[in-house]
Amino acid sequence: MEQPVFDIKKKVKPKFFPKHQEAIYRRLENKHTSVDVSKKDGDPLNTEMVLNLGPQHPATHGVLRCVLKLDGEKIEKCVLDVGYLHRGVEKIAEHKTYQEFMPYTDRMDYLSPYSNNVAFCLAVEKAAGIEVPLRAQWLRTLACELARISAHLLWLGTMVMDSGAISMFMWTFREREFLYDIFDKFAGVRFTVSHSRIGGLQFDVDQSVLDHIGNWLKKFEKELASWRKMLAKNAIFLRRVIDVGHITKADAIDYGLTGPSLRASGVAHDHRRFEPYMVYDQLDFDVVIREEGDCYARYLVRHDEMLESIKIIKQLLAKVPKGDIRADDAKATYASKNEIYYSMEGLIHDFMMTDVGVCPPKGVEVYHAIESPKGELGFHIMSDGTGSPWRCKINSPSFTNLQGLEKIMEGAMIADTVVLIGSIDPVMGEADK
Amino acid sequence: MDLLPLILRIVICLVFIAVYALVAVYAERKVSAFIQNRLGPMETGPLGLFQTAADILKLLLKEGIIPKDADKILFVAAPIVIFVSVFAGLAAIPFGPDNTGALLNVGLLFIMAIVSVDVIGLLMAGWGSNNKYALLGALRSVSQILSYEIPAGITLLAAVMMYGTLNLHEISLAQGTYSPEPVLFLGIWDVTSIGGVVSWAIFRYPHLIVAYLIYFIASLAECNRAPFDIPEAESELVSGFHLEYSGFRFAIIFLAEYANMFLVGLLAALVFLGGWNTPLPNLGSFALADWTSGEPGTFAGAAWGTLWILLKAFAAVLAHMWIRWTLPRLRVDQLLKMSWKVLTPLAFLLFMISGIVKLLEVYQG
Repeated sequence: MEQPVFDIKKKVKPKFFPKHQEAIYRRLENKHTSVDVSKKDGDPLNTEMVLNLGPQHPATHGVLRCVLKLDGEKIEKCVLDVGYLHRGVEKIAEHKTYQEFMPYTDRMDYLSPYSNNVAFCLAVEKAAGIEVPLRAQWLRTLACELARISAHLLWLGTMVMDSGAISMFMWTFREREFLYDIFDKFAGVRFTVSHSRIGGLQFDVDQSVLDHIGNWLKKFEKELASWRKMLAKNAIFLRRVIDVGHITKADAIDYGLTGPSLRASGVAHDHRRFEPYMVYDQLDFDVVIREEGDCYARYLVRHDEMLESIKIIKQLLAKVPKGDIRADDAKATYASKNEIYYSMEGLIHDFMMTDVGVCPPKGVEVYHAIESPKGELGFHIMSDGTGSPWRCKINSPSFTNLQGLEKIMEGAMIADTVVLIGSIDPVMGEADK
Repeated sequence: MDLLPLILRIVICLVFIAVYALVAVYAERKVSAFIQNRLGPMETGPLGLFQTAADILKLLLKEGIIPKDADKILFVAAPIVIFVSVFAGLAAIPFGPDNTGALLNVGLLFIMAIVSVDVIGLLMAGWGSNNKYALLGALRSVSQILSYEIPAGITLLAAVMMYGTLNLHEISLAQGTYSPEPVLFLGIWDVTSIGGVVSWAIFRYPHLIVAYLIYFIASLAECNRAPFDIPEAESELVSGFHLEYSGFRFAIIFLAEYANMFLVGLLAALVFLGGWNTPLPNLGSFALADWTSGEPGTFAGAAWGTLWILLKAFAAVLAHMWIRWTLPRLRVDQLLKMSWKVLTPLAFLLFMISGIVKLLEVYQG
C-alpha cells in the first residue's frame, strides 16, 4: 500500500511566517526517528495527528512551541520551534554602555536575575581588568546562591504541578515570596534586581539583612525536608518521573546539555568547582551528580543542589568580610555617592561613567561563564575600545538544554511532554534572548 | 411512601442539587486554599460565600460560543447528555427511607447504566468541538471510564450479593436497626438491636472494606477527578473535552461533574456505608441509634435518614477534594494498567469471596 503523503499545505494555511512554518512541518515530516510505531500498511485508522503544543500553552514554560507528530497518545516525532520571545538582546548590547545593558540581563533568565547580572559583570570585569573588592565578591556569591534556590524552587513547583499536583506550586511560591522579600532588603528590588555593578555592587548590605537570610534559611530547610518526604513516597509522582526522558551520558555531552540536566546524566561538570569564580574556591560544597539520567535524577539533582546552596549560604553568612563594595577606581566603576556629592571630580566621573562607561582596551575578547541555576551562562564580549561592546554573544543554558529536549520527547506520551519540559527547565526569556 | 407528592420530591431534588453544586464549588475552593496556605475566595459576601453564585451568574450571562468548525448538533447536545445522565441517576437514589424520586426494584442497575451514558456525552463534546486537545481528552475519557466501570460494577455486585437485592431502599434497610432480617456481625453476632456502624456492610463483611476502597478509586476515575483527571488534564490538554465550551454550556458540564461526585458518594454510602442509617450504635441505656433515627414511614425517619446520607455523601465529596489537591496525575497507560492489572482482578477476587461467604450463610441457615 502506498504511504500517505503528508501535505501540510492542504491542511493549514499559516499566516505567520508561512515559509518558516512550512520549513518546520517539512522538517517534522523528513525527520528520522528511532521510535517504533509498527505500522506496516500506512495509517488506515487515521491515528496520526500533528499537534502544536504551544507557543500559547500553559505548561510550556513560556512560549516554547513543540510540533508533535502523534500516533494516538505516543509522540512519534518532535520538532521544537523557538524564538517567540526574541528581543534581540545581543544586538541591543552593542548600542548600550556596559552598565546600561545590566537591566536587560535581568530579563533573560527572569527566575534568577542576580546570576545574570553577576555573569555579565564578571565578563566585563575580566575584559577591563577590574579587581572587585572582597566584600562585594562574597555578597555576590551569596545573592547568586539565593537566586539558585529561587530558580530551583520555581522549577520544583512547576514540574510537580505539570505532573498534576497543583498544591506544590503554591507551597514553593510561598517560599519564593520570602526570597523576594530578602531580595527587596538585599538589593532594594524584589524581582529584576540589577544590584550588581561593574566593579562591585550598587550599595552595601546591612548586617540585619544577613541575619534575616539566616532566619529564613532555618525555616526553609524544614520546608524543603518536608517536600522531599512528601515526594519521595508519592507513588504516582515516582511513576511519572522514573525512567521517563532518559538521556545517556554520551548523549548529554553530544547535545551540549549543561547544568543540572548534564549532572543528572552522570557528568560531573560544575563551573563553580572546575573553573571557580568569585569566592567559590574558598567554600566547601559538593557537586551533585546522579547516574540515571531520567526525570527523577534531574529532580533529585536540583533538590540536592538546593541543599548544597543552603550549605554554601551558611558558610558565606558566617564569613562575609568587611570592606568596600565597589572598586576604588573612578575610571572603571561608579564613584561613591559621597564623592559625587562633595567633590567636583566625583561628579565628573559619575557623568563620564553614565555617558561613556567603562572602556575595556581595544581588541580585547573575553568569554566568562558562570554556573547559573540552569547551567553554563557565558558572556562573550569583544571590545573595540569604546564604552559599549562591539559584539556580545550570550551562551544561554536554556537554549542549549532545549536541544536535548527534542530527543527525549520522541517515544514519550503526550502526558510526559509537560514533565519532560519541566525536567529540562527552560526559561524562554533566556533561550530566545 | 407518599409523605410528599412526587412532583415536589423531584423539584426538591433538582433544587437541592443546584444548591449543593454551589456549596461544593465553594467548598472545593476553600479546601484547596486550606491545603495551599491561601485564603480562597474572601471578597464576595461574608467569607466569599456568594462567590460561586456570582460565578454561575456570570457563566449564565456569557455568550455561548460555538466554534465555527464545530459539529454544531453534537456540540450543543453534549452538555445536555452529560447533565441528564447524571441527574437521571440521582432520581433513583433514596434520600432517606421515604424520600426517593423513583423507587426502582433495580435501582442500582439503573444508576450504573444511566451514569455510563455520561461517557457518550464526553465523546460527543470532544468530537464535536473539532479541537485536537478536546479530541484527545475525549479519547482518554472513553478508555478510562470503560475500564473503570468494570471494577466499580464488580465491587458493587460483590456487595449486592450479600443483600440479595438491587433495590437501594432494601439495601439500605438491611444495614440498620429497622432491618427485617437479622443483621449478623461477621456472620455470628446478631447486632440488629445495636445498629450503628457495626451493622454497616463494610464492617459486617470485612472483605467489603477492600471492595469499598476499590469502588472509591474507580469512582474517582468515573468522575474524572484527580489523580484520574486525565481527560481534562490541565497541564497537557489544557482542559480536555470541555476546552471549547463557555458560558451556560460550560456551567452545565461543571455542574454535572460535581453532581457526579455527589452521586458516587451517595451510591457508596448506600451500598457500603450503611445507607441512610445512623452511624451511632445503641450502647446499653444510651440508645444513640434510636435517638438519631426515626421509624421508616414517619417524618422523623425521613428527616434523620436524609441527614445521615447527605453527611456520608459530603464526606466522600470532601475526600475527593482532598485527594485532588494532594496527588499528582497518573499517565494514561499507567491508569489503564492499574485498572486492568490491579483493580479488576482484585474486584473479581472479592466477588468470589462474596459468593463463598453467601454460600456458607445459606448452608448454615
